[in-house]
Amino acid sequence: MTMPLTPTPSRVAGMTGRAALIAAIIVVAAAALPLALSNYQVGLATEVLIFGILAMSIDILAGFAGRTSLGHGAIFGVSTYVVVYATTHGGLPPAVAFAAGVLAATVVAAIFGLLAVRTSGVYFLLLTLALGMIVWGICLRWTQVTGGENGMRGDVRPAVLLTNSAFYWAVLASAAVVAFAMWRFVRSPFGLTLRGIRDSESRMRSLGYNVPLHLFIGFTVSGFFAGVAGALYAMFNNFVSPSTVALAQSVEGVLMMIAGGVGTLFGAFVGAAAIIALENVVSAYTERWQMVLGITFILIMIFAPEGIVGKLRATLTRKVR
Amino acid sequence: MSIFQLLNGLTFAALLFVVASGFTLIFGLLRIVNLAHGALYLFGGYIGFTVAVKTGSFALGGIGAMAAIAAIGFVLDQGLLRFVRGNELRQVLLTLGFAFVLNDLALVIWGGDSFTVPIPQTLRGGLRVLGVFYPTYRLFVLVTGIGVFAALWLLLNHTRLGALIRAGVDDAEMVEASGVNIRRVFLVTFLLGSALAGLGGLMGGAFLSLYPSADAEILVFSLAVVIIGGRGSLVGVGVGSLLVGLLNTLGQVMFPELAYFVIFGPMAVLLAFRPLGLFGRAA
Amino acid sequence: MDRRQFLKNTTAALTVAGAGVGPWLSAQAQAGPIKIGLLAPLTGVVASGGKEMVEGVQFYLDQVKSEMGGRKVELVIEDDASNPDTALQKARRLVEQGNCHMLIGNLLANTGLAVANYVKGTGTPYFIPIIAADDLTQRQRIKNVIRVAGYSASEFTHPLGDWALKQGYKKIATISQDYTFGHEQCGGLVQVFTEGGGEIVQQFWHPLNTADFSPYLGQIADLKVDAIFAMETGADATRFIQQYSSFGLKAKTPLLAAMNGTDQSVIRTLGEECEGIMSPAHFAEGSDNPVTQKFAREYEAKYGKIPSLYGFSMYSGVMWIDAALKKMGGKVEDREAFIDTVLKTELDGSPLGKAVKLDAYGNPIYDVYIRKVVKRADGKFWNVPVTTYPNVSQFWKYDPETYLKQPPYSRNFQGIKKA
Repeated sequence: MTMPLTPTPSRVAGMTGRAALIAAIIVVAAAALPLALSNYQVGLATEVLIFGILAMSIDILAGFAGRTSLGHGAIFGVSTYVVVYATTHGGLPPAVAFAAGVLAATVVAAIFGLLAVRTSGVYFLLLTLALGMIVWGICLRWTQVTGGENGMRGDVRPAVLLTNSAFYWAVLASAAVVAFAMWRFVRSPFGLTLRGIRDSESRMRSLGYNVPLHLFIGFTVSGFFAGVAGALYAMFNNFVSPSTVALAQSVEGVLMMIAGGVGTLFGAFVGAAAIIALENVVSAYTERWQMVLGITFILIMIFAPEGIVGKLRATLTRKVR
Repeated sequence: MSIFQLLNGLTFAALLFVVASGFTLIFGLLRIVNLAHGALYLFGGYIGFTVAVKTGSFALGGIGAMAAIAAIGFVLDQGLLRFVRGNELRQVLLTLGFAFVLNDLALVIWGGDSFTVPIPQTLRGGLRVLGVFYPTYRLFVLVTGIGVFAALWLLLNHTRLGALIRAGVDDAEMVEASGVNIRRVFLVTFLLGSALAGLGGLMGGAFLSLYPSADAEILVFSLAVVIIGGRGSLVGVGVGSLLVGLLNTLGQVMFPELAYFVIFGPMAVLLAFRPLGLFGRAA
Repeated sequence: MDRRQFLKNTTAALTVAGAGVGPWLSAQAQAGPIKIGLLAPLTGVVASGGKEMVEGVQFYLDQVKSEMGGRKVELVIEDDASNPDTALQKARRLVEQGNCHMLIGNLLANTGLAVANYVKGTGTPYFIPIIAADDLTQRQRIKNVIRVAGYSASEFTHPLGDWALKQGYKKIATISQDYTFGHEQCGGLVQVFTEGGGEIVQQFWHPLNTADFSPYLGQIADLKVDAIFAMETGADATRFIQQYSSFGLKAKTPLLAAMNGTDQSVIRTLGEECEGIMSPAHFAEGSDNPVTQKFAREYEAKYGKIPSLYGFSMYSGVMWIDAALKKMGGKVEDREAFIDTVLKTELDGSPLGKAVKLDAYGNPIYDVYIRKVVKRADGKFWNVPVTTYPNVSQFWKYDPETYLKQPPYSRNFQGIKKA
């Protein structure tokens, strides 16, 4: 449960060097993927990156502030909606639409945050879930703007990114930047305060920290990153409908985060890859993929609660010792 | 709002109460947000439907649904949830995975057609109430809802088990410290809550019909009820059901554009001022 | 240069280059099976409809021993889960990984529109026997999206509006699911009905999957109308018909329904409460046409249920594709020619028992029945034709160009003619 909170400064420097090298290798390897994969698999890899960002944004709160949100799918989807609307109806250029989408998601996250930060534990889950439902209801019913059940379609993706590979590289670049930003965020003094809140809210309070304010900012920042993922998703699909803001989306994000490992941050990408691969492989072989997925959720919760990366890390640490 | 629409709101509220009371009992005492509750409702409805069709008895359908869903609840609690006790997030997601499995199982067994639980002859047709002609069955749902409320109230306030549940909602550790086997109280509560979902499935299945995704719809309403009412409070569920039932009717009549918002909007406002719901208390 | 155009040109150039390099390659491709990607909702809200879609396709393929235009057919089935995001992903898989020559299927409009938007970019022929969105064969036509054996949403409600006038109905209220399919079906009826002097007293729009119709039925009960038109699909239809009856409205006011409201997929599990409901459609499983009867009988014998529109439409859709492939010797690789042939093909052997062709916009022209739900000797209910409107196109009696100048039907535009 507890991890080394504040590594000593010298190790931080050392780790950064090595970590940077590893990160660089991973990014280069990922960039080479389109050369090895089929067109369709490149599409899947793109999806993995997008949902990895979403799962990572959830991990900021879950792993580092002890608050798991079941409303991030809605925040993600708001961005998708705004981007699609802005390009198809508003005629805005993709970059502006992208910014508008992220901004909208951040605002929605701020509102969610205002309402939710006073709660914790299971109430926080329930509340964020309910707030997500409101967004879903609005997208479903505000037909004039959102297209209701049918959603909205159009050519959202910028012309230069039309092929699967080009778009994949663009998403990979975004994912690398965003992932680095999130990593810096949780290691910043602010991030350390969040961890303090996770471990003992009352202690942080007595130390004079403004706990709700920290959580509010943490929630908003996390929503910003979910918004980036949502905007990329708009360009990936050229399409949006209420299912993009539905509870299932939030749940999927949370599951990916857990499958990767809560608090591991980068595990999100591993979790996203595992779940997307599973969905794809299983649904190719059986109509009963929902049952297989459900059983997998149950098994993960029971047997691998620390997630894939969490488990690896635990095993490695044991070996080192 | 006319008498007619008032009755519509009240009868829908009565169904919501039966379903959501089971949800809140489990939530209040075990601290589990059971996202499989909707699936239990739907599964219960299907089982009730099958039993009622095979035996020709609506009452047997109800008993069958409650017994079967209590049994499934037993499997869920003792077979699965016991491994993740104490971790709220894992519990929630485990119940969700369970819901996936149940729903898919229902699809395998009953196919995706919409079914309606057959109701007994005496409950068919309509009655004249307060000057309006109204379907008898819906009045029966209203009466049943009130009956369930009364039964739960008696259980909670006039039995030893009820006293333990109430004490457990406030502080489970304290109850355990006093030498009571709180696990057993937990289990009984879980079974009771599940059985109520099954009963709700049968009742709802007779006028709202049963079909894939009915589970998610009733779950959303139940969540709203529980969030408004507050964790583990029977009166809270009652008030929450009434509010949601009436708002739902009012919304569809007056602001059809905003049907969902009429329920969830007030809920959000309420949460801003009372994050724990109208009758909820901090754990 | 428009980027889609660019992409198309590039693809064309590549194809030409490929053909130059190795003629044996294309000969080999020619010999392989025709790959058809079928997208159907096998899970989710409309899972039962999806199952019947698959049955319809397989029923046909069994009859022709999985051979079309002299080539083997390989059917790849994917579950769209009644969800547009999933539908899109599966369409990508069928096209990009499965190398399917064509896609067919989808049930819910949102899944169909998502896939249509995708194939607009890839050029893959996509057949939609169920997706009824008007504009796919009207204002926003995509050349490679073809409605074989399907119908546009307002195609059948136009004649229903006319029929309602002939019954002497003066005032009608409508209730409908609040999405495009509903707006369009209601619009068809409302426009023809009001232009003929009828009055629409009120229109109710409710969200899909409305658990409880009582608030609407309460309002409907207070209206003074000659008939109610209900546009409901799936579980909503079941519930509406049931609650309409249990509130005692059935005895008071005649109920007209959109074709999907009294489709077998709905009335199969209903009882007396569905008897007597009127609806318009090109297919009536209770028709006395011998070809229709034969189809219904064989289908029922094989799958144990009377065929619904889903089974019928997919069966006929694949038959249509087969007819086109026969004409061109199975050369499905030549997309342009394939699409053109399909558009020009007139379908003879469908269960309708009469020839059907597409209009200039790629939408079939049908004889439209006004059907009534009646009880069969064995106690099951089915739709039996009462009157026929011959040769109805999606434009009814309007001039297509004038018609297309009016906006598409929506909540705000129902084509209401002010008295």
